[in-house]
Amino acid sequence: MSFLTIENLNAEVGPAPILRDVSLSVAAGEVRGLVGESGAGKSMIGKAVLGTLPSAIEISSGRIVLEGEDLQAMRPRDRRRVIGAKAALIPQDPLTALNPSRRVGPQITDRLVDILGWTRHDAQTRALELLDEVQIPEPERVMRAYPHELSGGMRQRILIASAFAAEPKLIIADEPTTALDVTVQKQILKLIKQMQARHGTALLFVTHDLGVVSKICQSLTVLYGGKVLEDTRIGDFFARPAHPYSAALLAATPKYTDPAASLTPVPEAVIDGVRAEIEAFDRMHGHV
Amino acid sequence: MTLIRRILLRLLTMAITLFGVAVIVFFVIRVVPGNPIAMMLPPGAGEEDIARLKALYGLDKTIPEQFVIWLSGVLQGDFGTSITTRQPVLALVLSRLPATLELSVVALVIAVAIGGTLALTGTRMRGTRSEGAIDVANGMALSVPDFLWGLVLILLFGVLWPVFHISGRVSPSLDLPFVTNFYLFESVLRLRFDIWADLVAHMFMPALALAIPLAAIIAQLLKQSLKETMHLDYVTLSRTKGYGENHVITREALPNAVLPTLTLIGVQFTFLIGGTVIIERLFSYEGLGNMAIDAVINRDLPLIQGIVILFALIFSVVNLVVDLTYAALNPRLRHG
Amino acid sequence: MADGRSQVKRRAGARLWLSATWLGLLVLGAVFAPLIAPQDPLAQDLFGARLPPFWEAGADAAFPLGSDSLGRDVLSRIIHGARIALGVALIAGTLTCLIGSGLGLIAGYFRGWPDMVISRLVDIWMAFPPVLFAILLIAVLGTGLSSIIIAIVVIDWTRFARVIRAEAMSQGAMDYVASAQVAGRKRFSILLAEILPNVLPTIVVLLTLEMGIAVIVEAILSFVNLSISTDQPTWGSMIAEGRLSIHQAWWVLVFPLVTLFLTVLSFSQLGEGLKDHFDPVLR
Ligand SMILES: Nc1ncnc2c1ncn2[C@@H]1O[C@H](COP(=O)(O)OP(=O)(O)OP(=O)(O)O)[C@@H](O)[C@H]1O
Ligand SMILES: [Mg+2]
Repeated sequence: MSFLTIENLNAEVGPAPILRDVSLSVAAGEVRGLVGESGAGKSMIGKAVLGTLPSAIEISSGRIVLEGEDLQAMRPRDRRRVIGAKAALIPQDPLTALNPSRRVGPQITDRLVDILGWTRHDAQTRALELLDEVQIPEPERVMRAYPHELSGGMRQRILIASAFAAEPKLIIADEPTTALDVTVQKQILKLIKQMQARHGTALLFVTHDLGVVSKICQSLTVLYGGKVLEDTRIGDFFARPAHPYSAALLAATPKYTDPAASLTPVPEAVIDGVRAEIEAFDRMHGHV
Repeated sequence: MTLIRRILLRLLTMAITLFGVAVIVFFVIRVVPGNPIAMMLPPGAGEEDIARLKALYGLDKTIPEQFVIWLSGVLQGDFGTSITTRQPVLALVLSRLPATLELSVVALVIAVAIGGTLALTGTRMRGTRSEGAIDVANGMALSVPDFLWGLVLILLFGVLWPVFHISGRVSPSLDLPFVTNFYLFESVLRLRFDIWADLVAHMFMPALALAIPLAAIIAQLLKQSLKETMHLDYVTLSRTKGYGENHVITREALPNAVLPTLTLIGVQFTFLIGGTVIIERLFSYEGLGNMAIDAVINRDLPLIQGIVILFALIFSVVNLVVDLTYAALNPRLRHG
Repeated sequence: MADGRSQVKRRAGARLWLSATWLGLLVLGAVFAPLIAPQDPLAQDLFGARLPPFWEAGADAAFPLGSDSLGRDVLSRIIHGARIALGVALIAGTLTCLIGSGLGLIAGYFRGWPDMVISRLVDIWMAFPPVLFAILLIAVLGTGLSSIIIAIVVIDWTRFARVIRAEAMSQGAMDYVASAQVAGRKRFSILLAEILPNVLPTIVVLLTLEMGIAVIVEAILSFVNLSISTDQPTWGSMIAEGRLSIHQAWWVLVFPLVTLFLTVLSFSQLGEGLKDHFDPVLR
């Protein structure tokens, strides 16, 4: 049974399509990768699920179903509560994702207390456990600190702890390591994988990096121009990519065995093919 | 450590500024062509009387001598004697200061309340017609100074729909049991809400006139900085936690958006205090500003000096307080 | 997006036009005051005192906006008052602009001790309540048009100096100035040829705003009876008179107040409109 199902989602800014008939699903406990070049609409999918689309962008059709509940059919107020209780976000940039004028502790516990109705004491205990779990030394001190007193890696650990705090069934991680140092990136990636496995959380992992995908994902969605090109199991993807664009993407990804081969860009012809595919889709759906 | 250095540095610049103000006022006033002594004397007074009076007020000495005498007096808390009322300047000024302070603070509170509400409403309604309406109203309120708003309020609420008093500080018929001149404050302490209501009915119009331009500035700046803050990641993250728009604006965005607005409120508050001079005149409110205009018209040199120095002192203190509040509120500065 | 933008532009444009139209009418009124004004603004007639405006019962068509407590025609006094208001705005505004901008340019471009002195002075000036300062100066200088103008210049030069100093400083840090200096041009000629043209838009905007302020200062001074000899018709003195007889004859206050309000608003909106116009990026 899939925990998150997106069916034929279309979103536009004005007349311009941003998402074109996007369908994807994440099963309970599954890690799904979402890859595509910059501007492909990866973040927009995450935002659509979490209900944080920019006001200029409108969902024109399609369904987003979270554990059997159709989010589009709900009143905004209920939708926010359902999302807050069942899903969470690990953001891209830990430097801007913590409120600089609030202490760290309340930023982890606020959802538990305000949205889920925990007692302050329980929430506090839970937060300390989680900080311990994400390997933060001196959790009590960190809880009382302001974000600017902590390093980027520490803050990302805090955000991970905060995302897991309410035991959500789905976590969306939008390029959670791109803003970090290379050495820290590896640790954080490992931590996310560990936490996901331990808590059995479904994870939608947005990234550019097929190397990362191969390490942590079980399934993969390839996106281009807001359109899903391929939706497959991870083994199948690396063995025999179904779409020419996927194949080109794979060829363009650095390989540890042969660094020289990694410099091949996605060929023009492949891009043209994908563009033609998207134009055909737009004609069919009445966009010019 | 940094905080103490900051305070000391500010106190030093404050001292220099105040000294500069003192020098300028002192010398500007003494260029006065009209002779204040002549105005005090009954017609037909002789040269002798003039000389005696001049000696009494120290006006027979050279101007630099007068300045040294005056300044050493000031440093000991002696601002001289008012020529028109023959009372000590310090006592006179201090008796009026509470009225002006109460008026300014009430105006500030009104400005923050209106400006804050408009900014929050505008942010909540961003992209709608209501936001546009708020912007237009802000632009109007900003373009027109307190003096004109005062006149407009007099017309609206003094004549067309007379619900507020437009003249004085308190109804003369009331018996005031107060020991200080902080009437508004003391009336609350003594639980005399009848007097309190009367004071508010008198103070509301001048305070509102002073508050309107400041409210517009606060609304504009706070809304701007709220809108910028609303795009930041931690605000988005808070939305995904299940919080509604109101919570997100007031709890997440507001604390961070307030900081840049705060420094500006400080500077603008000194402008507001400066505005009390004419607004008190307009509403016949018995404060420092009203007294200042009388003093200038009567050429009461010691009194003018005292009032101007006091205003400059208030300005400097307000700036200092704002600076320190800013440092105290900003966690980055506090721990940096 | 594009739609919102053009809407803002259109509104800004309307604002500019409305302000300019009002100010243009006012200038015409001021220039041709003796021809337009229906009455002699100083002519008193105690039997025709407090005539209401034309639409009320008991009005006199020769006094369209009514008359004050001395029987003087309100409309004629407003028209003649425009002469003083606009005169002060023009002369005081320009002088303040020249002196303030000059000092600001010097402080911002040459830095060093001139900057220290000027900045210190600005700080001291900021500690004066401006209205009190103005009144004080008038008391010292005596009443009269030139005193008002001097008072405005003395008080308000800091407005220009502060802003222009900052602009000159940022312009002075630009590459083109550095290269002009390397090329061996005299610093003063760089100031005039390179810096000045770049800060000119700001100066124009400030000047427009300053004219509005000058109108208000003049009105405030005549309101506290420190402007010009009392028999000259000024908006401020009309307002002072109207404030006293507000319960008997509201029109004596309302008409000059509306005129003053619109004028101040127009100068300010014109200034803001020009700011948007000069600013390539919409604020
Ligand atoms: N606020 C907005 N208003 C209008 N269009 C937007 C807005 N934000 C993003 N877009 C458009 O939506 C499309 C998808 O953007 P999105 O952020 O999802 O890309 P992405 O795949 O996450 O790219 P990246 O890898 O750079 O994060 C882009 O074409 C972008 O131009
Ligand atoms: Mg993205």
